Formats: sequence, structure tokens, C-alpha cells
Amino acid sequence: MASSATHGYTPQELMVVCAAREIRDGEVVFVGMRLPLIAFALAKRTHAPNATGLFENGLVRDTPSRELLLTMGDAPNILGAEWANRTGALMGLLAQGCANLGFVGGAEVDRFGNLNTSYIGSREHPAVKLPGSGGGADIASLSHRLAIIMAHDKKRFPEHVSYITSPGYGDGGDWRQRVGLPRGGPSAVITTLAVLGFADGTHEMILRTWHPGSSAEAVRANTGWDLHIAPDARETQPPTPDELRIIRECDPDGFWTR
Amino acid sequence: MSVKLLTMSEAIARYVPDGSSVAIGLALEPLIPFAAGHEIIRQGKRDLTLIGPISDVLFDELIGAGCVTRVIAAWVGNVSEGLGYNYRRATERGLPHPLTVEDHSNYSIALALQAAALGVPYIPMRSLLGSDIARDHPRIRLAPSPFDGTPTLLVPALRPDVAIIHVQRADAEGRAHVWGGLGVCEEAALGAQGVIYTAEEIVPSEVILSDPNRVLAPAMKTLAVVHAPGGAHPSPVQGYYNRDHAAYAEYHEQSRTPEGFAAWLHNWVLAQPDLTAYLAHLGAERWRSLAAREKHLAAPVDYGY
Repeated sequence: MASSATHGYTPQELMVVCAAREIRDGEVVFVGMRLPLIAFALAKRTHAPNATGLFENGLVRDTPSRELLLTMGDAPNILGAEWANRTGALMGLLAQGCANLGFVGGAEVDRFGNLNTSYIGSREHPAVKLPGSGGGADIASLSHRLAIIMAHDKKRFPEHVSYITSPGYGDGGDWRQRVGLPRGGPSAVITTLAVLGFADGTHEMILRTWHPGSSAEAVRANTGWDLHIAPDARETQPPTPDELRIIRECDPDGFWTR
Repeated sequence: MSVKLLTMSEAIARYVPDGSSVAIGLALEPLIPFAAGHEIIRQGKRDLTLIGPISDVLFDELIGAGCVTRVIAAWVGNVSEGLGYNYRRATERGLPHPLTVEDHSNYSIALALQAAALGVPYIPMRSLLGSDIARDHPRIRLAPSPFDGTPTLLVPALRPDVAIIHVQRADAEGRAHVWGGLGVCEEAALGAQGVIYTAEEIVPSEVILSDPNRVLAPAMKTLAVVHAPGGAHPSPVQGYYNRDHAAYAEYHEQSRTPEGFAAWLHNWVLAQPDLTAYLAHLGAERWRSLAAREKHLAAPVDYGY
């Protein structure tokens, strides 16, 4: 795993930069908890100044909050919001198709981008009871594109998750259309080792870039199925000094990024 | 106009019986009625069903204290720190006793409460199609739309016995102003059988009636109003105090084991007879450090004619 000493940035900082790169200027982004909060702020301050953020407690923001957020309900997220209303109304925007991109974290992700944040092991007798969906399953169901952010190891990347909290591409192909989901599906998985995407047609996860200090072989070794590598796969572009400066201004104590 | 002002202990004793379903922590991370929750624990309430989207550590506290047999929620844990240890012990090992979990997403629980508020049997949605939340839910049902045959999930109405909502201000007649992200406060206030408000300030009716657009629900839904300044600590209240991040870190550390949680519970809940004692125990300096540092007043609204 890339270390701060070797590369001058942490894995989390690189993940924030990769997440920010998923945001196109002018897009409406469903911002999740943790690293996506910083990715949104970074994107707003660099290449996506016109992006709009949706937060599931009922907020829409067109400016980043003045201070680091530990939760979306922190007071700095409410001051200066463009709209403060009900979760139901906010989710209605998502359901209509207003969110171009959504971020979710996962405990487990599988070959077709299905996420488990509910139960490790069986639901009746879980080995670990995870917190649950929050808004994640809604974001995965209803946003046009989904970016998944999580740590990368073999236990977290099983071929099939034992419980689908947030639907990805199911068992592949046109599964989403068949179950009736109106749009969307994962477009990126941003991890501590790599950035992965999903192949056209099969919608199976594929490796797009491996991080500096990692390798295609290391990523495959930490994935619980025979992970395919995109033909143009290469090393992830590292953060620029400017991006790191902004991240460190946003999170000066490194609560999320160190 | 009836006066509904009660003390916290009266309100909880009267309106939160054993076995009832309690919607609490409805604005997600802010405005969580921790003081009400702690009074529920002190009164030894049992067999409760907790309803809330993301209620941060309050659900974990109530579960660990043995008050809860069922949770209906989208997310249970410690938002800034990670997993909820009492939630895990209850669901994984049945400690202090087994817990039934009805999993939701934020949208599905909002719609369930909204259906009750709208007086309809269900509201359809397309979220969660293909999710095991929908597959395993005891009451959410898959059905084709009668208009075009496409798959929809029908979310049946969820009507809590009582909703407990922390607000910035309320009058003694039971009308509250609340501001910030509202979460599912409005749906719950309208859909529940009745509402208990815990308020930073009790104000004259003229203040509340000066801005009816900001009133969460009409007084006819209100069971009780409790004056509870600081009653959401450690969660934030816009205009009053910020989130006490350290308190969540401390709780995460101390609740890791059942013994640690028992010590935390004694220290912060059982040994503190009421909210005033709790805040004194917190200490004036720490409490002052959380106070809002700037005023940001909204533009006045003129209802005159």
C-alpha cells in the first residue's frame, strides 16, 4: 500500500482526489459520508466549481461548507445551504433522476458492484452486524452514476456479497432493467489500491488504474475473483501539489485523510 | 387552547409506555433528543420499538440499556466513529437480549412515515428494487404499477405511537419552530399518533404564530412540550450549539465492552437525575466551548396585509 513517506500523500488523500475526478463541472452530486465530503469540496474548488451537492438530511448546497464536516448534519453544512428541507423531498429529486453522480462507501463489494453494508454472514445469525444502508441503497438505486469508495482486500471483495444492501449490476448484463431500476449503476470503485470500472455489456468490474506503489498483480491478489484488467490499464495519476494543499486545508487534522 | 407543558419525566412517564413504538432522532445527525432518551432509560422503559433513519448513538445507548426489542431504521451506529457496539452485541449475540431489526433505507423509511402522514395504506417507490432490504422486509411488497405494469415496491404506512422531536423553540400550546435539515421530522410529526417536543426555548405563542410556515406540525398532534435547553447534546442544534465530536469518540471507546458501556451509562445517565445534572456533569467550560459563536439571522418575513 502506498505510504505517505514514500509518496508524500496518504491512500485516503489519493482516494479523495480520484473521487473528485469523477465529478464533472455542473453536475448534481449526492454526497455521502466521510471521504466524499472532502472530494466534493476539492472538486468545487478545482475543476467543478458549478457542481451542486445533495445531502440526505435534506440539504442542497452549491458551495462547500466553511469547515470540515464529521457528519452531514454538522452546523457548518446547514449554514449557507441553498435549500434545507425534508429527506423525503431530497430523495424525490434523486428518484426523479436529478443526481448525475452518487457516492457510497461499502463494507463488501462484489464482481458486479453490489454492495453489502448490512450483514457479514447470515442475516439470522450475523458474524458482524453492519450499520445498514442509510441513504446508500437509494443512491445506488437511483443516481445516474455511482462511485464506490472503500478499502481493498480480498475479504471485502468477494465474488458474491452475502447480502445485497445496495444494488449494483446484480448478476450482470441487463439485470438492472429486468428488476425495474430506472437508470444508473456503478461506474467507479475507488480503493486503497486502485480505481476500477465496469465493462460495457457484462457490467463486470475491471481494473482501470492501479495506484503508485501497487500493481495489477497486487490488485488481482486482493480481489476474490479472477479480476480482468482493462486493455489500457495503467498507473493512477497521483495528486497534484495543489490538490493536496486543498485537501489539507479542508482536513487540517487529517481526521478523514490520515 | 390547552397548555401542554410538562417536565421531561412527566412526559416520558405519561406518553412512552412499555412496548410502544417511538420515533426518535428524526433529523439524522442534528437535533437528536438525547435527554429524552436518557429519561426513557432512567424510567426503565422496556420492549420499545425504535423508529428512525439515522439516529447516531442514541439507538445504541437505548439498546445497550435494555429498553429495546425492535429497531426500524436505515442505519444504526456511531456516525463519525464507526460501528455501534451495543447494536452489534444485541444483533450478533442477543445481549442484553435479542433484537429484531427491520432494515430500511432513508427513502423507504421516509415514505413509510409519509404514508401514515398522508392517510394512505402505502406509497410506491423504485428505490431498493433488487436490494435484499426489499426482499427480506416483512411488509414492503413488490407489485406491478397498475398504470404501466413496471415493477414498483409498495412501502406500507408506518405510524409510530409517539414521535419525540427536539426543536429550537416551541410554545406551551405545543407548536414548534425547527430549522436546519429536517430529515423525517415532518413526516413523523404528522404521521405519529402524537408528538413530544423537547425545546431549547419555550416562547410566547406570538413568537411561534408570527411564522406559521416554520411550524413543524399543528398543535392537534402534540402530546407534550418539554423545556430542555441542551437536550440534544452531544448532537448539534443550529443557532444554539455545535456537535460535541469528542463525546462520540469517548462513547465509541467506552462502549466497546459491556462493562465499559455499563460504566458509561452509570456515569452519564443513571447517576444524573435530569438534564440539568447531565450538563453540570459535562462542565460549564466544555458546554460553553460548544455554543454557537456567530449569529446568522434570516431575513424577516412579513405576513401583513
